[in-house]
Amino acid sequence: MKTKWSQIIIAGFLFFLFVLAFILDMDILKILNISFVKFAMNGVLVLSLIPMINTGIGMNFGLPVGIVSGLIGMCIIVNMRLTGIFGFISACAVTTPIAVVFGYIYGIILNRVKGREDIAAIFIGFSFIPLMNYFWTLVPFTNRQMLYPIGGVGLRPKIGLAPYFEKILDNFCVLDIGGLSIPLGLLGSYAILCIGISLLFKVKLGKAMIAVGENENFSRLSGIDIKKVRHTAVIISNVIAGIGICVYAQSYGFLELYDSPLSLTFPTVSAILIGGSTGKRSTIFEAVLGTYMYQTIYLLSVPIANTLLLPQLSEILRMLVTNSIILYALLKQQRRKAGL
Amino acid sequence: MIKERIQEYIVPLVFSVLCILCFIFAGVSSTFLVNQLLLRFVRNGIMVLALIIPIVGGMGLNFAVVVGAMAAQMAYLFVLNMQLYNIAGFLLVIIISIVLSAAFGILIGKALNIVKGREMITSIIIGFLANYIYQLIFMVGFGTVIPVHNKKIVLASGIGVNNMVDLAPFKNGSDKLFQISAGSIDIPVLMILTVLIFAYLICYILNTKLGQKIRAVGMSMEKSATLGINVNGIRMVTLVISTIIAAIGQLVFLKNIGVINVYTGHLNTDVFSCASLLAGGATIKKASVRNALIGILLLHTLFILSPLAGQNLFNNVSLGEYFRSFMAYGLIAFALIMNIKHDEDGLGKGGQA
Repeated sequence: MKTKWSQIIIAGFLFFLFVLAFILDMDILKILNISFVKFAMNGVLVLSLIPMINTGIGMNFGLPVGIVSGLIGMCIIVNMRLTGIFGFISACAVTTPIAVVFGYIYGIILNRVKGREDIAAIFIGFSFIPLMNYFWTLVPFTNRQMLYPIGGVGLRPKIGLAPYFEKILDNFCVLDIGGLSIPLGLLGSYAILCIGISLLFKVKLGKAMIAVGENENFSRLSGIDIKKVRHTAVIISNVIAGIGICVYAQSYGFLELYDSPLSLTFPTVSAILIGGSTGKRSTIFEAVLGTYMYQTIYLLSVPIANTLLLPQLSEILRMLVTNSIILYALLKQQRRKAGL
Repeated sequence: MIKERIQEYIVPLVFSVLCILCFIFAGVSSTFLVNQLLLRFVRNGIMVLALIIPIVGGMGLNFAVVVGAMAAQMAYLFVLNMQLYNIAGFLLVIIISIVLSAAFGILIGKALNIVKGREMITSIIIGFLANYIYQLIFMVGFGTVIPVHNKKIVLASGIGVNNMVDLAPFKNGSDKLFQISAGSIDIPVLMILTVLIFAYLICYILNTKLGQKIRAVGMSMEKSATLGINVNGIRMVTLVISTIIAAIGQLVFLKNIGVINVYTGHLNTDVFSCASLLAGGATIKKASVRNALIGILLLHTLFILSPLAGQNLFNNVSLGEYFRSFMAYGLIAFALIMNIKHDEDGLGKGGQA
């Protein structure tokens, strides 16, 4: 295994931040506690990228499509006023068929634009959002807590989940060890999903995906239906993304509708790149490591920037890092191709 | 051939129909529409023209024009900070923005030369990245690293530039110069001429020797290389020209509006310009000045009217606004999907032959 410089640099930066936090006399234990939650909260979304990357479709810049399916699922459940763990599980259950349908359509389009999926996916995501804004505005939901307080038509941009399933996984089986609280329920469900995805690549379908991602001509000769495999990968990615936003929302405590799904795409993509993925092939480990590093850097940089009296700095730096990592990956991928 | 013709006109035709529908539902007077349209034509025209040369050069939609827009805003802010006003100040703004945008153009060119075949996605990421570097400079850099001479443009805390900066010091009436009023329609002749001069300039550049080289590179990089054309150099020049024109476009836009939205003024200029060009019948492979001029008028008619039509039809302004952002993004998505598909077909046939 080659040394991955990006991993080392980012890990070094993370270490530097921890030292800085220590010097600035911040509560390291509290930061660690939050870091576990943030990690699993965003982790599932990052995992959702893996099937598409490994099938050679590339980084899923059309993540909003999956996220929106999850949001619709959760809105339906909130409208039915289902609460607790049952509410959360049924939200995931409702999300799945919606994500399959959206993924099916999304997959057809991505198969049409083979080779240039990334730019097409970005604009599919961008144009899907205003289209869904119609849905949010016109959908005839009846739960007053979801609707605009004035007028009573159209969903609010931010729906509180406190009466339904806020932090249902976060607070499930929390292990306390001297101030360090580990959310076993949240981390456990994240781990189950990780295992599920790694098992996926052990079965025939997953192996076909990797084969298509590695060498398309060879897979065609060995009789793999490439279009179908790619299509399936998009659907699987989309379903995981839908569930990912459910996990995210229960932790965050709010459903963020309208334009906000767009703001999750780039951080998610760059998390997996930080973990050492090239954007052409990716392992679960890279996704897990990348998510933890990315989220913890962000977590640490906020209070540090506040202490340095430049509160805007942390958000700017975060997005600066996010976009530079993606640009770097694009430039590097092409170098490698040219080298072949 | 006929099929190509139809393809070129189908998008503008659809847009014309939409515009007419919106006009009927919006219920505004045609003088209001024409006045607004002329204003927007003057403000956004040059930025759209900046996209043509990269398309001819085979690089697709250059989303990095947003970097040019930032260069213009940086130039304004730097000159305001130097407290140079009036004509001298404005000339300096022009010089600084050209120098900055040329430098940025070279950097963009370098990056896009590495990623041949994936220029569009890279240019869009470059645009996003540049936005945060820009924010870093003006939100954090001003007052900490960069000394502030003009207290008016920074926040009360002394760090970071205000969200809105007034450009009144550069006001010289050029926007209203030679303005002709026909009835209640104001025609800013000088500014319209400026846009048309840039349109002519693009035509001119494309017909010079350099322009022919750009076309050749756009058709086939390999063949151009065998003909002895410095492909990377030509692509670099293409992007430098595009970025400079974009900077001038933003310069004119801001001069006309008279105020800079420091952190949001440049956002989406790329997307809306691309959508304008495509609405005029351009594709990501083929674009002409005519496409740009038609497209600006069509897209902006829709932009002016759709919120009003939304208000009248559904009693909700935001529905019209969603419609227009869907039009802008959806049009680009549609153009990409259609063109990439055509690409694939072409390649497949080529491979078999």
